[in-house]
Amino acid sequence: MNRSVISASDLSLTFQTNDGPVHALKDVSLDIHKGDFVSFIGPSGCGKTTFLRVMADLEHPTGGSITVNGVSAAEARRNRAYGYVFQAAGLYPWRTIGGNIRLPLEIMGYSKADQAERVARVLELVELDGFEKKFPWQLSGGMQQRASIARALAFDADILLMDEPFGALDEIVRDHLNEQLLALWRRTEKTIAFVTHSIPEAVYLSTKIVVMSPRPGRISDVIDSPLPKERPLEIRDTPEFIEIAHRVRDGLRAGHGYDD
Amino acid sequence: MTGQPSLFLRIGLPLGFGIAVLVLWELFVVGFNIPRAILPAPSEIWAAIQRSTAILWVDWVQTVLKGALTGLLIGAVAGFVAALAIDRVDFLRRGLLPVANFVAALPIVGVAPIMVMWFGFDWQSKAAVVVVMVFFPILVNTLAGLAATDRMQRDLMRTYSASHAQTLTKLRLPAAMPFVFNGLKISATLALIGAIVAEYFGSPTKGMGFRISTEVGRLGIDMVWAEIAVSALTGTVLYGFVVLIERWVTFWHPSQRRGR
Repeated sequence: MNRSVISASDLSLTFQTNDGPVHALKDVSLDIHKGDFVSFIGPSGCGKTTFLRVMADLEHPTGGSITVNGVSAAEARRNRAYGYVFQAAGLYPWRTIGGNIRLPLEIMGYSKADQAERVARVLELVELDGFEKKFPWQLSGGMQQRASIARALAFDADILLMDEPFGALDEIVRDHLNEQLLALWRRTEKTIAFVTHSIPEAVYLSTKIVVMSPRPGRISDVIDSPLPKERPLEIRDTPEFIEIAHRVRDGLRAGHGYDD
Repeated sequence: MTGQPSLFLRIGLPLGFGIAVLVLWELFVVGFNIPRAILPAPSEIWAAIQRSTAILWVDWVQTVLKGALTGLLIGAVAGFVAALAIDRVDFLRRGLLPVANFVAALPIVGVAPIMVMWFGFDWQSKAAVVVVMVFFPILVNTLAGLAATDRMQRDLMRTYSASHAQTLTKLRLPAAMPFVFNGLKISATLALIGAIVAEYFGSPTKGMGFRISTEVGRLGIDMVWAEIAVSALTGTVLYGFVVLIERWVTFWHPSQRRGR
């Protein structure tokens, strides 16, 4: 059960820029187990998005190693091991919502009948049934982001990589989507890696919170959450929740406060 | 709903303006007794159109159907295919693009007589001139369109492990369409001008350019104006036709969306 799905050891990534090398990641080691909901939190420049992109084989580490599902990140990508949700929904405006969700299925060669069945299923999962024939620009930002999550869920990837998916949404919509995401995670038993810069969001969602700090990007604390799997929104007012939030905040401060 | 102007404003207003100009023109010519060789009245031009319908038709077929449209079709397809090739092979981008740039700078009055020498007096040489003229706008606009996708959209295709062909057909070509149609709109106008002007440098005894140049010599100015009227009408319809297809293909583009 405690099988490691994503495993990074001494991972480093240095970008060569005109102002000299930038250490986006330095000696990062982390194990993510099957069914974990792991949040990455930290100030901008701490490498949390870069780390996620390395898992997705969208960036290539300059040192160390990473395995996803036991194979290299590149091979995992070719195996379509994960669904990726970006900061913006990024739906193609010339395709309907249904057409956008069908996109990965078409590319991966699912049969027409299977495509239709899957589109209907994931639309229901993100509570967008009835919007299949709408175009993205006819939907609100929150609905678009839900559609993009549905798109990442449509094919059978056990891993969901999410890069600040709700960052651009207002707090009320965000609360609602957080609740939905938790319900979805419980139902599908996927492994989720979730980048955020919101402490309440990270604590509310995660089974494991990874606090990162910048210059160079590294992990400063890993917190295993004692909160139960079943989490109503009110859990955010409990002492346990507030205690974890404190610890996250302390971790952020420790890794930060020396030059800005 | 966005505020669409009423049918009267969209069609009635420009039509009314056009009629007013014609009426003023007629009054001006008759009132000031302007010689026919300087400026014939609209009624005289209309009479010439009615008198010479057969000739105008033969000229139109020769210049528009055979010269301009054939050239436009060949040039547009060639420009499009060249853009795909240049986009795929960097070697061609470095080699072919500067050459295409150079060809685009060739003056039509220089190209036309050479094409007549190469392809003979008939419409083939006119089509060749049009091909040279429209090739470049299509090429450059298609190339710009193929580069118009953002990084997130391309990353998305990468997470699906999509092939080059899949990324091209499902993302880059649809995204390029607004640019391609910009090129087509420019080319539609250029094609007509090219086909008419090319006839000045040798043609059989038919064609709109041929007619204009010979009738000017015979002081048949009403016939010159009749040809101008036909060519202006053709250009407007051709342009409008391209705009209609554009609206149909790129309905999703912010500039084309109507209502919700």
